[in-house]
Amino acid sequence: MDELQSLLHGFAIALTWQNLMLMFLGIVLGVLIGVLPGLGGANGIAILLPLTFTMSPTSAIILLSCIYWGALFGGAITSILFNIPGEPWSVATTFDGHPMARQGRAGEALTAAFTGSFIGAFFAVVMITFLAPMVAQFALRFGPPEYFAVYLLAFCSFVGMGKGSPWKTIAAMMLGFALAAVGMDTVTGQLRMTFGSTELMRGFDFLVAVIGLFGIGEILLTMEEGLEFKGRSAKIDARVVWSTWKQLPRFWATSIRGVLIGCWMGVTPGGATPASFMSYGVARQMSKNGHNFGKGEMEGVVAPEVAAHAAGTSALLPMLALGIPGSPTAAVLLGGLLIWGLQPGPLLFVEQKDFVWGLIASMYLGNIVGLIVVLTTVPLFAAILRIPFSIIAPVIIVVCAIGAYTVNNAMLDVWLMMLFGVAGYVFKKLDYPMAPMVLALVLGDRAEDSFRQAMLMSQGSLSILWQNWLVGSISALAIALLLWPFLAPLRARFKARPGAA
Amino acid sequence: MEESIRCARSVHARPSLRRWVTALSTALVFSAAAGTTLAQAWEPTRTVEFIVPAGTGGGADQMARFIQGIIQKNNLMKQSLIVVNKGGGAGAEGFLEVKNAKGDPHKIVITLSNLFTTGLSTGTFDWTEFTPVSMMALDQFVLWVNAKSPAKSATEFIEQARAAGGKMRMGGTGARQEDQIITVSIERAAKVKFTYIPFKGGGEVATQLVGGHVDSTVNNPIEAVAQWRAGGLRPLCVFDDERMPYTARVTDTMSWNDIPTCREAGVPTDYVMLRGIFMPGGVTPAQRDYFVGLMRRVRETPEWKRFIAEGAFNPTALEGDAFVKWLTRAKEEHRGLMKEAGWVTK
Repeated sequence: MDELQSLLHGFAIALTWQNLMLMFLGIVLGVLIGVLPGLGGANGIAILLPLTFTMSPTSAIILLSCIYWGALFGGAITSILFNIPGEPWSVATTFDGHPMARQGRAGEALTAAFTGSFIGAFFAVVMITFLAPMVAQFALRFGPPEYFAVYLLAFCSFVGMGKGSPWKTIAAMMLGFALAAVGMDTVTGQLRMTFGSTELMRGFDFLVAVIGLFGIGEILLTMEEGLEFKGRSAKIDARVVWSTWKQLPRFWATSIRGVLIGCWMGVTPGGATPASFMSYGVARQMSKNGHNFGKGEMEGVVAPEVAAHAAGTSALLPMLALGIPGSPTAAVLLGGLLIWGLQPGPLLFVEQKDFVWGLIASMYLGNIVGLIVVLTTVPLFAAILRIPFSIIAPVIIVVCAIGAYTVNNAMLDVWLMMLFGVAGYVFKKLDYPMAPMVLALVLGDRAEDSFRQAMLMSQGSLSILWQNWLVGSISALAIALLLWPFLAPLRARFKARPGAA
Repeated sequence: MEESIRCARSVHARPSLRRWVTALSTALVFSAAAGTTLAQAWEPTRTVEFIVPAGTGGGADQMARFIQGIIQKNNLMKQSLIVVNKGGGAGAEGFLEVKNAKGDPHKIVITLSNLFTTGLSTGTFDWTEFTPVSMMALDQFVLWVNAKSPAKSATEFIEQARAAGGKMRMGGTGARQEDQIITVSIERAAKVKFTYIPFKGGGEVATQLVGGHVDSTVNNPIEAVAQWRAGGLRPLCVFDDERMPYTARVTDTMSWNDIPTCREAGVPTDYVMLRGIFMPGGVTPAQRDYFVGLMRRVRETPEWKRFIAEGAFNPTALEGDAFVKWLTRAKEEHRGLMKEAGWVTK
């Protein structure tokens, strides 16, 4: 039990008044960063990084990682209240979180999201504590074919999302792929579909699209439906936290799946965003209440949040143990480590014990502090919905515009956001599903890159997707999930037969 | 120690110098000399934007943020400096912004090889459209293989590649950029073929090599050092005309200095990457000189020296005519290499 001893030592380092203050500060800043769409955890940390050069490395990483936890928590708030994902990984939270808010259950949705986040993070930290070296070795097994198989799995687990016409789902997904292809192509180094425009060279940013499609689109719909929030009649009850907690144990199976998906995607740099989509998709197909998903099912809030937070947390593991960042935020933290004079990599755990275990201990503490901070704000945030629509809607639009601008400091993105807003409205009216398009936009170019890298490696042979047990089993799982809607009735019939006989 | 004293003195010296200049210029306010005295003492009057033509977390971004940290920590500039990433189109986005900001002295940009590669392949900008400030360092490239690889030297590696007949996988960052340029140079110098596989970032490339998904890489030292120390990678040679000067042990048995140059290892190829600072075109000499002086003070700090040694950079720093001469030659070399590879026609 070397780890336990090291962990206790870590707690001794992390538990000073100064560090606890930094944790609190970091969480509050992080929640604010998470609430503002566009200003993501990576940007927030990059901006604050130079401030930490005069601190001790342990205090600095505690401050910055707490900003990260705060941003992970905070992303859920606007998703649930206004259908605006503050962070890419909270897109899936809007699917059921916002309908809950419209039914006047915003408090419950927020509590479920925060608690789910905490559970995800907690198990990921436990994994980091005890399995770090082993898990890091596993991450090394992932090359281009494995990555492609993982992305394929994410698409397949999500394919049942569109409830309407499958053609509409495919059309939306293809539109997402087309948008993802704009910009510089990694494999050939050539510009695609930029039509000579400098601004289009960086491609369509996922966040800009999402802020427009979901946030602005939702406001347009609300305007049409009568300039009023549906959830404004909500009772604000301080005990909402307790009453929600009583319901949560029912979702243990979804939570376990979420933790597993999250940890796996975090370690193999898939990241929190695909993890949240995948967990939602899997929960929808496996859960008894799957048919209710999208209409305000609490399980649909817990599933993506557990996975996103587990992935966000475990993404720090490959950064520490291998020196590869599992998420953009981890990439910025990695730069920080180098500047503080620490060398991330396999030897960090041996040479910088105080730093590593101080950080791990602060992950436990930071998440507990974070949970307390965000839960106390639940009634406050839920009360925002009581502000008249005519006052809050312009504020939301301004915040969205600022958010879209901050992503790349570009005015074009604000116009694009408006355009996506109109597209979001039209999509809703014509009953086209937005989720497949968003998923294709966020994973499309990564999936394409890894597929083409794999094809370069195999000189064009598809057999590389079955070359070993790892990639083979992921590919097989992907196909199984794709066929799940067809398999389920078969299984039911198979079960029924022995009974009849 | 000496450095920190010098650095502290320069911070204190600045306000009094400024006061002196102000007093002098007031005294000479009606004389013709006043104009030039004032011009020489140019200082930023608002926030300076530091553009990184690459994404967050990469080598250029790390260096820019490190410079920002040094300036802030040592109070080297009164106005603040903010780092802005404009990495779209392999950096074209950032460079075009600087090109369009002609005459704006509150904008600086850090460059990597994409100053030449992206400029040549897109044909949208050229280094002569910017004002060179200074070369901060040159980044080295090392030929790495997995520690389990049978090749113990560059010569053995080339033989292995020749026997594999083009099936050896070379991993690198991006397409038609420095890593692929080096790969093509090796192919030409040693008459072999590789399958080049482009990835998005240097750290990812190093990990792919440790995991055995590619056979070799040409990572920068800083990208691969952690894996080298942990015994996952083996360096074969460095693509420079002389060995790296750092003799402190990095692993139990080797220092950076122990890695032979590729030329002495029998693969006559060299390539170094510019880490330099530029301003938009059309700024005044006084404005340029301010940043030349600022960057000089940055390079004198102990933090900078540590950074350069840990990343095993080539510590060459150039300013003025020497820098311009270097840039002229480097651009021609890039044009030659990219033309040979068939990526540009001009």
